[in-house]
Order: sequence, then C-alpha cells, then structure tokens
Amino acid sequence: MSIELIISLVKANIVLAVLLTNTILLIWFERKVVAGMQSRVGPDRAGPFGILQTLADAIKLLLKEQILPSKADRAMYLLAPLIALVPSFLIFMIIPLGPDITVEWQNALYTIPLVGADLNVGVLYFLALSSIAVYSVVLAGWSSGSKYPLLGGVRASAQMISYEAAMGLALVPVILYSGSLSLVDIVNSQSGNLSSSIPILNTIVSFIPKWNVFPQFVAFGIFFIAAVAEVNRAPFDLVEAEQELVGGFHTEYSGFRFAMFFLAEYINMFNMCAITATFFLGGWLGPTFEGILPPIFSVIMPIIWLGVKTFLLLFVFVWIRATLPRLRYDQLMELGWKRMIPLSLVWLILSAIVLGLREFGLPWS
Amino acid sequence: MVDLILFFIPASLIIIGALIVVFAKNPVHNAMGLVMTLVSIAIIYITLNATFVAMVQMLVYAGAVMTLFLFVIMMIGVDKKEQSSESIKGQTFLVSGVFLILISLLSYVAINSEFKWDLWFDAVEFAIEGTPQLVAGTLFTAWIFPFEIISILLIVATAAAIALAYDSKRKKNDA
Repeated sequence: MSIELIISLVKANIVLAVLLTNTILLIWFERKVVAGMQSRVGPDRAGPFGILQTLADAIKLLLKEQILPSKADRAMYLLAPLIALVPSFLIFMIIPLGPDITVEWQNALYTIPLVGADLNVGVLYFLALSSIAVYSVVLAGWSSGSKYPLLGGVRASAQMISYEAAMGLALVPVILYSGSLSLVDIVNSQSGNLSSSIPILNTIVSFIPKWNVFPQFVAFGIFFIAAVAEVNRAPFDLVEAEQELVGGFHTEYSGFRFAMFFLAEYINMFNMCAITATFFLGGWLGPTFEGILPPIFSVIMPIIWLGVKTFLLLFVFVWIRATLPRLRYDQLMELGWKRMIPLSLVWLILSAIVLGLREFGLPWS
Repeated sequence: MVDLILFFIPASLIIIGALIVVFAKNPVHNAMGLVMTLVSIAIIYITLNATFVAMVQMLVYAGAVMTLFLFVIMMIGVDKKEQSSESIKGQTFLVSGVFLILISLLSYVAINSEFKWDLWFDAVEFAIEGTPQLVAGTLFTAWIFPFEIISILLIVATAAAIALAYDSKRKKNDA
C-alpha cells in the first residue's frame, strides 16, 4: 500500500472521530449555555458537569425500538437519514485545519497537508453538498406518510433553496478578494495585516489582521444569517416548529434513525461555524508563540485557533437560539428574497468596483 | 485496475438510476433515480479531472433543478399512482425506435474502436489547477456575446413568469 493511501485513510478516520466526539461535546455545550441563559442548571448528573449526558442519551436512542409507519414509503423512509448524514461528514473534508506539516519517516520526508482534500473548487463543493442535504429533509417529510412531516418537508425545501442563493452570493465577494475557490488559498490570503495607501489610515489599520471579516463585514453578516437558516436553527426552525408541526420532518422517526438526524444537525452546525471561521475569520491563522512554547505547539496551535474561532461562532448560534423568537413563514421568505438577496447583490457590485479600482486605477486616469 | 473500478461503480449507478427513472411507478422514486444518475455522472466527471464541471453538475442539476422537481411533485400531489395509458400517441413505437438507433450507434462505435477505450485521463497539471479560470476565460472573452444573449433570455423568462403570476392573482381578487 502506498503511503498516500494510508495517509488518506487515517485522515478519513480522524474526521469521523473528531466530528462524533465534537457532537457529544457540542450538545452538552448547547444545553449548558441555554440553561445558563435561562437561569437553570442544565444536565449535571452524568459525569463531571454532566458532560456524559449526551453519551447516555445516545445509548438510550440506540436501544430504542425503531418504528416503521404503516403508510410510510419504505425505501425513501430508510434512505432519508443516510442522505442527512453523508454530506455533513463530507463537508468537513475540505476545511483546512492548519499549514502543511513535514514528517520524516524511514529517511524520507513527507509533506502532509492538514486538510482532507484541497480542492481547487472547494467553495463550489461546499455549496453543492449543502444543496444535497435538502433531500434528506424533503424525503423524510414526504415518505413518513403523515401530514405534519409533509408540511415540514415542503417548508424546508422552500427555505433552504431561498437561503442558499443568499449564501452563495455572499461568498462571491470573498472569492473576489482572495482570488481563489480553494479553501486553503482563501485562508492563506488572509495572513498578514491590513494596509492602506493613506498614511494616517495605515497607522490605524496596520494593527488589524487581514481577515475577510473586516473588509467584508456585510458579506459576513449575510453569510452568517443564511448559515443559521441553512441548518434550520432557531429563529429559522420553522421546519420543526413544535407548536405547529409537532416535530416537523422527523416526527415519525424513532430510535437510531432519529439519532442520525440529530447527529447530522449538530455536525452541520459545527461545519457551518468552521466554514464561516475559514472564510471570514482567518481559519487556522493566529500567533503560534514560536520560541516561547515547545516546538510541538507550532503544529497544534493552528488547530486550537480554528477550534476557538469555531466555538465562539457556535456560542453565537446558541445565544441566538436562546434569545430570539421564531419568525413567521412569510417573514422568513420576505427576509430571504426581499432583503438579503438584493443586499448581497449590491454588496457584490460594490466590492467588484472597489477591487477594480484598486487593480486598474480610475477609468479616466 | 483502480481506474476500471472507479469507472464501473458510477457507471452501473448511472444505469440503475436511469432504469429507476423509467420503470418505477412512483414519481418521487423516479425523481430520486434521476438524482442518482446525475450525481454518478458528476463522479465520472471527477475521474476525468473535470472537477469544475462536476461541481456545477451537482450544484445546478442534482441540487437546484431536482429539488424544484421534488417540490412541484409534492405541491401538486401527483405522487399517487402512474397512469399506464400513453399520453403521446405512438409513444412506445417512437421510444423503441430511438432506443434501437442508440444501441446500433453504440455498437458501431465499440466495433470501430476494436473494443478498446481509454477510461482514464492523465492528471494534467493544467486541467487540475485551472478549470474555473479556463472556463471563465473562454466564457467571458470569446463567448461573451452568446453568454449575454442567454442572460437576456433568462431575464425575459423571469419577467414573463412574474407578469403572468401577478395578473392572475389580481383578477382573482377582483372577482
């Protein structure tokens, strides 16, 4: 077996392990944070600070009976949870976790990029897979053979199509700024500090890192709102609105199949935050404190920085869920089509003009 | 060997998906068969080093077009049972004719090349690094005129759709 194949297999297993462990941590984190915001205690029985609560819940779900509704469409009913899970794992493959590391093994040097796959069309890959994820919700809703899941499924397809457009449009200015569709290049383009041709402004902005969030703050806002809508989180969780639709598209699912939907939702949330950090917050970039900390930290620090940024964004996700009430359906559609898409188009044109002026100068000079 | 496996898995998925589209009774199953075919074609594009085309195929056909298909099927509720009668006169005859032509064409090509074909393109540095740049470069220079014409056509179609929907809604309110 070639060394490249072994590296790829190890990477795939690491992705699986990281995402599953992370989900356990993330669900506990969300419950604790929401509990804290609502003056409750939250889970505190299983393990230290209740950190093993999710594990206990997962074991409970695995042991439960799996019900197949009598009116369900069998093939699609069984397929839907799988379609939910597979894209969520695949998206994580393109997120760069750090710079290339060089390993010496049997007198040969190997360069291992800390990314599952550096695609030259990474942004498109991300958008394509998140559009595939819509099928799981739609099919789960339709195949259950019941009213509420069907309504949830139809709502989901309309919502996810609408917000995907805004999300894609918000990413275009970032691609223009970075000049690449590859996520590794997008992170690399954000290294260094901001600079300005005006001397006074330059002294002020030269302390700010060159992350895309500073020149592209509008795109960041649009992308983050669309990301919340894309993973169907509050305040955009009309897909599973308890008061109207019981449980939405997964009403009829139980046991392990329900757990798969649950897992996919949290992995998607984590992916979205990691992708937002990569596009706008400089990804793994950050001080590595070389010379102060032992040399191993030059490898670990980038991963820690990405984790810190991701969990900050996840905290905002949870914060939004704990504070904002759910939008009405027509308000949701109006926000998507009448506000966010026009705003992102205007912002795209503005950034293109600014970049053009910087590249080629004024048209009459 | 690897290239053969990488070709036959998606190729057989394409054929199975196409058969589902034709023979399944339920429209939702038909639509999902089509999705399977489209995604497998994207995989074939990736093995040919056309990653950009593959991603656009996934994004546009498997992602957007088929989601709308499913949405329409569910909204207008045709997901009942298929009518077995012909909707176009002489449908079966026409389809078998086209099928025969296709089969003879394929066998002609296969015999002509003495049953040898290249399934795997070499990893050209150029193709891997620059597909989006290459496509964009050609599209926005040599093909800019057809590109603009298509964009005007799409705007006209969108405006027409909005006009039709708007008019009928107002009439209903008046009545």
